[in-house]
Amino acid sequence: MKFSEAWLRQWVNPSLDSAELLHQMTMAGLEVDGTEPAAKVFSGVVVAQIQSAEQHPDADKLRVCQVSDGSDVFQVVCGAPNARAGLITAFAKVGAVLPDNFKIKKAKLRGVESFGMLCSAEEIGLGEENDGIIELPDHSEIGADLASIAGADLPLDDLTVDVDLTPNRGDCLSLKGLAREVGVLNNLEVTYPQIPAVAPQIDSTFPVEVVASEQCPRYLGRVIEGVDLSQPSPQWLTERLRRCGLRSIDPVVDVTNYVLIEQGQPMHAFDLSRLQGGITVRMAQPDDKLTLLSGQEVELDAKTLVIADGSGPVAMAGVMGGEHSGVNTDSKDIFFECAFFSPLAIAGTARRYGLHTDASHRYERGVDSQLQHQALERATQILIDITGGRPGPITEALSAQHLPNIAPITLREGKINSLLGIDIDPTQVDEALARLDFTVHSREPVDSGLAWQVTPPSHRFDIALEADLIEEICRIYGYNNIPSSQPVIRLPLATVPLQTHSEPQLKRQLAGLGFQEVVTYSFIDPAMQKLFDPEIEPLMLVNPMSSELSVMRTTLLTGLVDAAKKNISRQQTSGQLFEVGLVFDTGSMASQNKELVQKVKVGGLLWGRREDENWCETADKVDFFDVKGNVEALCSWAGITVEAATINDVALHPGQSAQLTLAGEVVGRIGRLHPSLEKKLGLPEVFVFELDGQAMMSRPSRRHQGVSKFPSVRRDLAIVVERSVTASEVVATVSNVLNENCVDIMLFDVYQGEGIDSTEKSLGLGLTLQSQTTTLTEEQINALAERAINALAEKHQARLR
Amino acid sequence: MDIENILKRGREATENAADLRALDDVRVAYLGKKGELTSLLKSLGQVDAGERPKVGAKINEAKVALQEDLAARKDTLEQAALSTSLLAEKVDVSLPGRRPATGGLHPVTQAMYRIEEIFTGAGYEVVSGPEVENDYYNFEALNIPSHHPARAMHDTFYFGDGTLLRTHTSPSQVHTMEKQDPPIRVICPGRVYRRDSDLTHSPMFHQVEGLVVDEGISFADLKGTVIDFLQRFFEKELEVRFRPSYFPFTEPSAEVDVQCVHCLGKGCRVCSNTGWLEVMGCGMVHPNVLNMANIDTEVYSAFAFGFGGDRLAMLLYEVDDLRLFFENDLRFLRQFN
Repeated sequence: MKFSEAWLRQWVNPSLDSAELLHQMTMAGLEVDGTEPAAKVFSGVVVAQIQSAEQHPDADKLRVCQVSDGSDVFQVVCGAPNARAGLITAFAKVGAVLPDNFKIKKAKLRGVESFGMLCSAEEIGLGEENDGIIELPDHSEIGADLASIAGADLPLDDLTVDVDLTPNRGDCLSLKGLAREVGVLNNLEVTYPQIPAVAPQIDSTFPVEVVASEQCPRYLGRVIEGVDLSQPSPQWLTERLRRCGLRSIDPVVDVTNYVLIEQGQPMHAFDLSRLQGGITVRMAQPDDKLTLLSGQEVELDAKTLVIADGSGPVAMAGVMGGEHSGVNTDSKDIFFECAFFSPLAIAGTARRYGLHTDASHRYERGVDSQLQHQALERATQILIDITGGRPGPITEALSAQHLPNIAPITLREGKINSLLGIDIDPTQVDEALARLDFTVHSREPVDSGLAWQVTPPSHRFDIALEADLIEEICRIYGYNNIPSSQPVIRLPLATVPLQTHSEPQLKRQLAGLGFQEVVTYSFIDPAMQKLFDPEIEPLMLVNPMSSELSVMRTTLLTGLVDAAKKNISRQQTSGQLFEVGLVFDTGSMASQNKELVQKVKVGGLLWGRREDENWCETADKVDFFDVKGNVEALCSWAGITVEAATINDVALHPGQSAQLTLAGEVVGRIGRLHPSLEKKLGLPEVFVFELDGQAMMSRPSRRHQGVSKFPSVRRDLAIVVERSVTASEVVATVSNVLNENCVDIMLFDVYQGEGIDSTEKSLGLGLTLQSQTTTLTEEQINALAERAINALAEKHQARLR
Repeated sequence: MDIENILKRGREATENAADLRALDDVRVAYLGKKGELTSLLKSLGQVDAGERPKVGAKINEAKVALQEDLAARKDTLEQAALSTSLLAEKVDVSLPGRRPATGGLHPVTQAMYRIEEIFTGAGYEVVSGPEVENDYYNFEALNIPSHHPARAMHDTFYFGDGTLLRTHTSPSQVHTMEKQDPPIRVICPGRVYRRDSDLTHSPMFHQVEGLVVDEGISFADLKGTVIDFLQRFFEKELEVRFRPSYFPFTEPSAEVDVQCVHCLGKGCRVCSNTGWLEVMGCGMVHPNVLNMANIDTEVYSAFAFGFGGDRLAMLLYEVDDLRLFFENDLRFLRQFN
């Protein structure tokens, strides 16, 4: 909330300068968000009337005005569009000093002499710039000193302070509450204004029935007849509101706003002539509708507390009044409402309707349940002082059992000390409780030192537990006076799992392989999601930032592709990206039982040159085998062996993609992006992988296999097979027929082209043969090679080249 | 006798051999199977028996002398050959080397790991949890009932079925307290989500929360831990101050300001000339939260703290716009490798 520092100081005035006071408030938990000058010091500015305004002979936008201060007439050149004959405005005479020590001198503007300046509100620190000079009310006294008028009530040297209050400190959402807190902090008495009861002058009342008494334990009403709302509010009132960031509307609204700011009590005023029957405070019924003061028409739901009359709802309780029953400048008789609504009844109401008002802000945080009489008397007195009118008696509908019931709380010295880590002097507790206006019922020794029985004052509805009291003691004691220590702990040793890698290890491995980590949003464009995972219906946000960020990703590839695309547009000719993060899998659309699975995936993407441009390397571009090689390297680090088989994946190139399985379970997909997808997204050739995080972080235990002491022999076979025969089939055939003496099968050559039939290809296989127990003889070696050749011939019709 | 003569010629030939091959030819010509000195030795039988020992000794002397010369010459020629090849093999050492591709971790990840290391070094455990949460874990169990005004501070993303994107990693603390008996010392790093986007807010960001539950844990312990952490994270003896604040799940609650890491409190652009940076929230865990997790508040007490990993990364690396972290511009990311 915004408040005027000068106003606050009229109630409590510690010997601190502005900066010190605001720092003190911030350090006490009332965080000052910012300040701006509420008014500034100036002199020599008077109320004056423009008698005539003629066009300047040499300047389109300037006018030459004759201005009267009541005794003399001055010629003033003015550029404001609203400078016109008859206007009463602010006139800075020659010799005037405006804020920031700006001195007014005689001047010549485009050849015409000007004796002073007509001022805008901003120029004299009384408001914001609004296209032109200040327009003062017609009844203003010509010639009066404006500084003494503007500063009559509150000094001109003032700040508007914006304090950002946490939800628990609803008690500080008023001048009264802030002054009380500043009084506590400085141990000073606060001078509260005297609010005597206003004697009724008439007997008129308006019937009130509270049906929802749990939601509205107290409802005060008062009729005031014969008010005159045709004149604007007096300067002192509008100025106080202005300095607290509120605009003047009409005297009734201004008065209710004044009481809101000063006392923290939201009020509402109805035009009595527009109310029918009587007031009923009840929950909304089906088909209840209301056109709010803002013009918005709402249908009220059953959870909404309403103020109704014979015709239906006339206000949304604690949030906003209705348009029809509202007060306007023609209103003569009004009905003031001043109620205590339970925070639970109002909480969430405003938000449900997309509203947020000063009233709802206070009611949902809690308003002092004992404040209503005072506030209504205050409003009545100020209103009749301004507008005249005859007040009736206050009527009260009260359900005392539903008022907040604050039971005494036990505060233990031992608990204070153990929770805060201090050794407090009990007299400090006594003093803090007294300063905070807490009622102490008893103070007795118990096991752990003293115990106090405490009841908080009615404005501290946030205090219900011992911990709440300890926080208050802590605040008064001073957070920064509490020592700092290190927890004393038992020291069990860490568990370091043998069979898993951690996510940091995985990410560092990927970085070591040359990949750069990216972090992309978990919510993505549904169109992108559909391109990559059309089978899955993604989880959709009800209230996304935008439609492009409205569904939860089911794959990391969309984010990676997006990151690559941005980098390519920034002239990055190659790159290797990875991301590790959760995807949100709701299962395939066909499945009945849709349960959300949030699982870690590892995604990667490569494009462009294999090597950075360099004097010594080739300019080859990455291809399928780069992405596969990287994945193989990662799997080998993880200690797992995956099988690659071709798949039909809409997002991937049908001839350059594979599904990876680990012991029959699918653990990933790799490949080139489908060329039509690349084209659609405006990408060059892009290769991607996406792996199951859990599989990649599994770490099967390694066991020592023994290292042979005997020499190994290499036998190379060059065979010719049909092109459709895959390398892994060939390797599998050989490995199946050879015993453990074949320790490695290396594919060292793949050739198709000249010299080979166009339906065939040549493969070069290098067999490494070695025994753990003996040196293999020539016969044994030849026999092994022979066996391999026969098996290849039989299974794949392979022949030696 | 022409031993002298042969030796003289052999020595000249050795001296004149231009390279190792020519030198070997000389060795063969004199000391090879059919070499001149070898032949002399072979013909020793034709010499008078009386003369034989003397002549034999002379030939052997000549042989040794020539061998020594050959060895010396070989050494010289080898040295020369090495010098030549060294010269020929000279490279421009200023040319860039062949580099394996280099990757790196995202700066926020690096900051998060730094945080994790600081805490795990002291015996904290790292726990993670789901990002799609239900209302109970994100709010109710943290003393934020549905009507609570604090909910407005969270700008929550919701799904149609009532689940939501977690607005903080505090749900992980609740999961931990449900699963594990005290003592508990955990930090919960992870992605969190709030509907907000500007220079310092992103709808997705990273948070680290810490929780310690044990006997005798106090606000003083919390202060010590927070101060210690901030000074170690930034490796500077920064001043830290605590301001009363409000979080539904802690009481007392504090907002923590650290002396500006950039100007050390003098006032600069980073700290908006205040000399202080607001970096985290913390407090003693609210008894309602502990009770909901079945932890006896008469035996145990707990503190918790939470802060933005991105925010600390911004301060550590002097990044002035949070959104840069999520643009994934390689030119930006590579600056932190």
